[in-house]
Amino acid sequence: MEKSIFDTVPLEQFVILSLILFCIGMIGVLRRRNMIVVFMSIELMLNAVNLLAVAFSAHRGDPSGQVFVFFVMVVAAAEVALGLGILMMIYRNVKSVDINALKQLKW
Amino acid sequence: MDQVIFYGLALITIVGALATIFSRNAMYSVLALVVTFFAMSGLYLQLKAEFVAIVHIIVYAGAIMVLFLFVVMMLNLNTVSTIIRSNVNIKWIAVLVGISIAGILGYGTYVTTLPVRGDNTAENGTVKVLGKMLFNEYLLPFELTSVLLIATMVGVIVLTKKEE
Repeated sequence: MEKSIFDTVPLEQFVILSLILFCIGMIGVLRRRNMIVVFMSIELMLNAVNLLAVAFSAHRGDPSGQVFVFFVMVVAAAEVALGLGILMMIYRNVKSVDINALKQLKW
Repeated sequence: MDQVIFYGLALITIVGALATIFSRNAMYSVLALVVTFFAMSGLYLQLKAEFVAIVHIIVYAGAIMVLFLFVVMMLNLNTVSTIIRSNVNIKWIAVLVGISIAGILGYGTYVTTLPVRGDNTAENGTVKVLGKMLFNEYLLPFELTSVLLIATMVGVIVLTKKEE
């Protein structure tokens, strides 16, 4: 067996790192009122999942996980482009990026 | 040595993520997130996933963060008065929810037996192997991503176009 990172750092630590990153992203989504920062928190959560997928992929020695990460990146790029487009439109209409400006969308 | 690098990168990642969500200025958030992405790309390199590491830098640190910076600068958020401040309690409830979910997931990780380790060769993360997989087993999803991207592009242009 080749020398690999898992000889010294067990898989559990990668799982816990991505768990912490995911929860930081979630706190950001729940806590912040600025829509741009909320978007960035969502990116953080997606990246936590990517890290987990690559860690399991390397652990199992199966490159499929990395292909999925590639697809997740494509979807994230599309999501950010569209999301920021919507954000620009909202800003043009209500002159604010505060989430509370969109309260009428509640129901 | 591997261990030291891993803990260093993990620390940079977590500090960058915390700076992203706690800094008041959106500009600093974007820059902290760029730091986080570079550290994560180092973690991918440690996992021998070169292709993912490079694509991660190009797509996230290169394209997505430029898009964020562009929007932050264009909106010039410093002049925008933030309206209604929400209840302060809600912020602490958000932190509490995050920590408790981290606890639940951490407990789940602790009690689960993780899968057996396979043999990971250095070849697995290269463009050669991943390219072969993309164009054989995952050809249909790969082609569908192009449809997704073109649909997104058209959608964004239609959305942001000023009405006559």
